[in-house]
Amino acid sequence: MTMTESQAGAVGATAATPKPAAGRQRAYRIGYGYWWWALPAVALMLAFIYATTASGAFYAFTNWTGIGSFDFIGLKNFTRIFQTEELTGALVNTLLLAFGFVLGSNILGLLFALALNRGLKTRYVLRTLLFMPVVIAPIAVSYIWKFIFAFDGPLNETLGAVGLKSWQRDWLADPKLALLAVLVVMVWQNIGFTMVIYLAGLATVPVELEEAAALDGAGPLRRFRSVTMPMIQPSIAIATTLSLIQGLRIFDQVIALTGGGPAGATQTLATEVYQHTFVFSNFGFGAALALVLSVLILIFTVVQQYATRDRL
Amino acid sequence: MFHYTKKTLLLEIVTILAAVVMLMPFYFLISTSLKTQDQVLTTSSLSFPVSPTFENFVTLLSPSSDASSSIFQGLLNSVIITAGTIAALVVIGSPAAYVFARSTSRWSTRTYYLFMIAILLPTQLGVVPLYVEARDLGLVGTPFGMIVVYTGMLIPLSVFLYGGFFRRLPRDYEEAATVDGASRTRIFAQVVFPLMGPATGTVAILAGLIVWNDFFTALIFLNGSGFQTLPVVMYNYVGSLVSQWNLIFAVVIISMVPILAFYFFAQKKFIQGYAGGLKG
Repeated sequence: MTMTESQAGAVGATAATPKPAAGRQRAYRIGYGYWWWALPAVALMLAFIYATTASGAFYAFTNWTGIGSFDFIGLKNFTRIFQTEELTGALVNTLLLAFGFVLGSNILGLLFALALNRGLKTRYVLRTLLFMPVVIAPIAVSYIWKFIFAFDGPLNETLGAVGLKSWQRDWLADPKLALLAVLVVMVWQNIGFTMVIYLAGLATVPVELEEAAALDGAGPLRRFRSVTMPMIQPSIAIATTLSLIQGLRIFDQVIALTGGGPAGATQTLATEVYQHTFVFSNFGFGAALALVLSVLILIFTVVQQYATRDRL
Repeated sequence: MFHYTKKTLLLEIVTILAAVVMLMPFYFLISTSLKTQDQVLTTSSLSFPVSPTFENFVTLLSPSSDASSSIFQGLLNSVIITAGTIAALVVIGSPAAYVFARSTSRWSTRTYYLFMIAILLPTQLGVVPLYVEARDLGLVGTPFGMIVVYTGMLIPLSVFLYGGFFRRLPRDYEEAATVDGASRTRIFAQVVFPLMGPATGTVAILAGLIVWNDFFTALIFLNGSGFQTLPVVMYNYVGSLVSQWNLIFAVVIISMVPILAFYFFAQKKFIQGYAGGLKG
């Protein structure tokens, strides 16, 4: 469920390839008679995505508890969300994590992609190894990092060994640093993914073009800004949009690393949705929270599409 | 001009160092899982055990332990649910995408857009009613129900990925087969679908990874039932171990081995699946 509409943007880029040369009159087509081939897929989509999303939006305005009857309570759920400090805190956390995630994983992923694009002898091995975290369950990754951040864990021991004893602390128990720790884990797991997308984009940049720019006296930075960047614009759009949405939905890592603590300092909208709906059985309120998160995701993806649209 | 120069060597060294730092967590994972509980407490967390032991793995996997049955059960459930979902996504998604790619009617284009928008819609909002709907249909807490739920959630992705491949497939084969008198069904089953190997691979890898690693949906739908998938089993088991990192990491490694083995076996396909599938 990490795939998103940015793929749609990418289609525009690749679907522009010329249509097969078959004559217009002879083109192979499928007529109305075969619409039922698509029926199971359409039915599943309507039942599991559109119907559920629509009724989720409906329950957001009720006080339903999951069983029995319910009343319409208008916007009460929403006023309660924005008046509860922990929930507005969760909203801020979600935004901070999402932006940090987009920046961190895209900058580091792009740097690795640029380094491993061509030239290096170890590039194939390193690509394979760096992509490894992507295929592992986020929950498993979180446990590894929970150990790294533990008080007697590797991070503190390393700090002690290099003479930074004063920096040692219980990372996940510190309200200010726990969020940063969650962010590090998210970024770490996603670097391989953005790297692969950028590598695919960089593969479309012809060497000759860079050579020509170099001959004209452009330095590496200038070449990147004026030649490479514009050509990998579609990859930038895909990678940033995907990581933005993934960041806004962040759940697994928080649950496994901190459980939302200490004292709610790392709660996000997705973990609040889970707790209010499935732990406290407030379906209506959980749905309202989910609606806030969904609207947020929609707004940001639209803005994002606009900001990274193809400028060529 | 891009020869291997001293500068390239320097870049290579820096990149390797960065990669080593990136991969450090795997070192901690392995070294800790090979320690005894005593060694975890007494030795440095940075050090590799002097006498590595597989005791933790034996403890977890030997038939006499409590953990082994839930781990094997979780593994089995994960395999069944992932395989079932992939099969359903291929069988249901490919003919649908084919119709959308080959039909010229306005309605088919519009329906195809509905699939694309469905990928965009955030899952969170639907999760609550989805749970209620699935509960009423008796789909909660069973592997079959989980396959249905995952298939429903991922069908837009499947149709979208197949759609991209179908539209780039030249129609010549189908036209030749029509001339030879093959029916539409036969053309699809024996000509088009076999040509779609890469598309099926992409759908299987992307959807398979999502399902295999999924924690949120599995937690909601399967927790407490006898059919938990591996991530949920791991979550519950780790919850019962307080800071027994040697055992926790042995569980984590056991849960990672199947997917990593698969990854190294088909790593080119994985990476292409991600890069190519996303390009549509």
